[in-house]
Amino acid sequence: MAVPIDDYLRTQFMPHIWCPGCGHGIILGAVLRAIGRLDLPKDEVCIVSGIGCASRAPGYLDFNTVHTTHGRALAFATGIKIARPDLHVIVLTGDGDAAAIGGNHLIHAARRNVGLTTVMFNNSIYGMTNGQYSPMTPRGRYASTAPYGNVERNFDMCELVRAAGGNYVARATTAHARQLSNYVENAIQTPGFAFVEAVTQCPTYFGRRNKMGTPVDMIEWFRKNSINAAAAAKLDPADLDGKIIIGEFYRGDAPEYTEVYDEVIERAKEAAAR
Amino acid sequence: MPGHNGRDLRLLQGNECCAEAAILAGCRFFAGYPITPSTEIAELLSEKLPQVGGKFIQMEDEIASMAAVIGASLTGAKSMTATSGPGFSLKQENIGFASFTEVPCVIVNVQRTGPSTGLPTAPAQADLMQARWGTHGDHPIVALYPSTVPEVFDLTIKAFNIAERLRVPVILLMDEVVGHMREKVAIPHQSEIEIVSRPQPDVPPEEYLPYAAGPDGVPPMAPFGTGYRWHVTGLYHDETGFPTTAAPKVDRLMKRLYSKIESAADEITFTSDEFLDDADTVVVACGITARSARRSVRLAREKGIRAGMVQLKTIWPFPYDLVGDIAGRVDRIIVPEMNMGQLIGEVERAAKGRCEVVGYSRVDGEPIAPAEIVAKIEEV
Repeated sequence: MAVPIDDYLRTQFMPHIWCPGCGHGIILGAVLRAIGRLDLPKDEVCIVSGIGCASRAPGYLDFNTVHTTHGRALAFATGIKIARPDLHVIVLTGDGDAAAIGGNHLIHAARRNVGLTTVMFNNSIYGMTNGQYSPMTPRGRYASTAPYGNVERNFDMCELVRAAGGNYVARATTAHARQLSNYVENAIQTPGFAFVEAVTQCPTYFGRRNKMGTPVDMIEWFRKNSINAAAAAKLDPADLDGKIIIGEFYRGDAPEYTEVYDEVIERAKEAAAR
Repeated sequence: MPGHNGRDLRLLQGNECCAEAAILAGCRFFAGYPITPSTEIAELLSEKLPQVGGKFIQMEDEIASMAAVIGASLTGAKSMTATSGPGFSLKQENIGFASFTEVPCVIVNVQRTGPSTGLPTAPAQADLMQARWGTHGDHPIVALYPSTVPEVFDLTIKAFNIAERLRVPVILLMDEVVGHMREKVAIPHQSEIEIVSRPQPDVPPEEYLPYAAGPDGVPPMAPFGTGYRWHVTGLYHDETGFPTTAAPKVDRLMKRLYSKIESAADEITFTSDEFLDDADTVVVACGITARSARRSVRLAREKGIRAGMVQLKTIWPFPYDLVGDIAGRVDRIIVPEMNMGQLIGEVERAAKGRCEVVGYSRVDGEPIAPAEIVAKIEEV
């Protein structure tokens, strides 16, 4: 179903800041189409971001929007959601924002199972500051602070969120825009914490440093190197090296934080009345 | 127990009193992280807030608790956090965000002896400058400083009212000994307490400019989720709330942020004084040290010394005019403080050489006794 998304955009603030060929627009389109299919009233949607390329998205979106401090989007969003549980609070964040400086907030938002939808734009690089390696830069890849190849391993944020207690975990790439949008839709509908990793291309920094070719070449690379979770499960882990595993990894039904807190309020009021 | 004039007379610890006052001021959201010597505030609010339909959350760290407070305030909830030195340091970036985006909130810092982990259970007054300049860049801030448990009640209410009225983070600085001492407090009935809430837009959403201020420099603030969809950013922004790099707009925003506090200085400056009329020596102090100062000038008067004192309950914005006027009338000002000399710098700025300014520092984790200030008065 084609969903018009223009109504969700603050087109007066365009052109946007993203580079030509950046994948962030594909992810944003996927998010907006998910919101459109769910027909969420704009006044009931709150978009929260941190700092970085991905985190500039809220400025272009006609919802209640907050562009916060680096890494802290989930903590701000937790305050918003707890104070107004009826709002659909969606966090748009990057891999530096969510996996490095904001990693602890991600763990605890998932553990609390606060009803937030988090979409992590993973371009494997710090784009805003011109291409330093991030926790999602694979070992051996080049970055402006990894001129001899990255020493560190990247980590699997989907496994992290799953282990920390989130209720929904999925991954797709910009080569899988429809799938990605469906995952975001499912994430928004999930009570409790939901996490979608969106693997995206940064042709300007990651692509150029690593000789990945054009933006289209990078998307094609994602398509060829992605493997569905079900198919991946049948393979030897050694054969998955360098592959991007995509799919819905987990759907849980643990109670959502604000609903549990409502019960606390009931108990507290009873205690006060005694 | 019911007291005179229908007031509820209670024996309360400073920290407990702060929590009780916060509820009466309309606080409905608290996010914090355990830290000595402020933790009782969080403990009591975890019990009291849900009783009135409010929300309490213990976040994963101090940074997150400051962020959650700002997030909750964006929805219209009067919000606060409480911490001490190390936590106050961690909160600073987000305090700057709240200041710059004009999100009302109250931050309690029950000061302990620093730096670093310092003496967690001992008092000090060494966060005065951090309260003013802890976050990077120019920014407006308001800081109030009680010296007694009844003042904790009064200034906690005022902290919320000022935060809401001026859309500014308000810091309530307490001394560890004020946070933990117990004193009699007459809690007024809710109807006797003046409550101020943030200004609301009087235009429909399509005409709302979230950072267009009226003559008082304070823009109306629509809660999230009420039809006014606006953008909040820590980037320089214009009246629309959206980022700008235009030099005139950047300049205008910073100057408005300062002027909104300066133009409200009279209504947010609280002081208390004793024996000022004929004093030739005046003690300027805040917090627990002001109590010793009060006692010290009474003792000095008994000895025939014309000493007076001023307690600064508002330290930021600093009352330069008030202290400057005193400097023009007296021979000397004595500034006792439990740090290596922070308040004295502002007193000197205010005095502009019109009188002698003498400091007295105590930094061993013990409060300054009245006799120490008397000795200083007699010495000069």
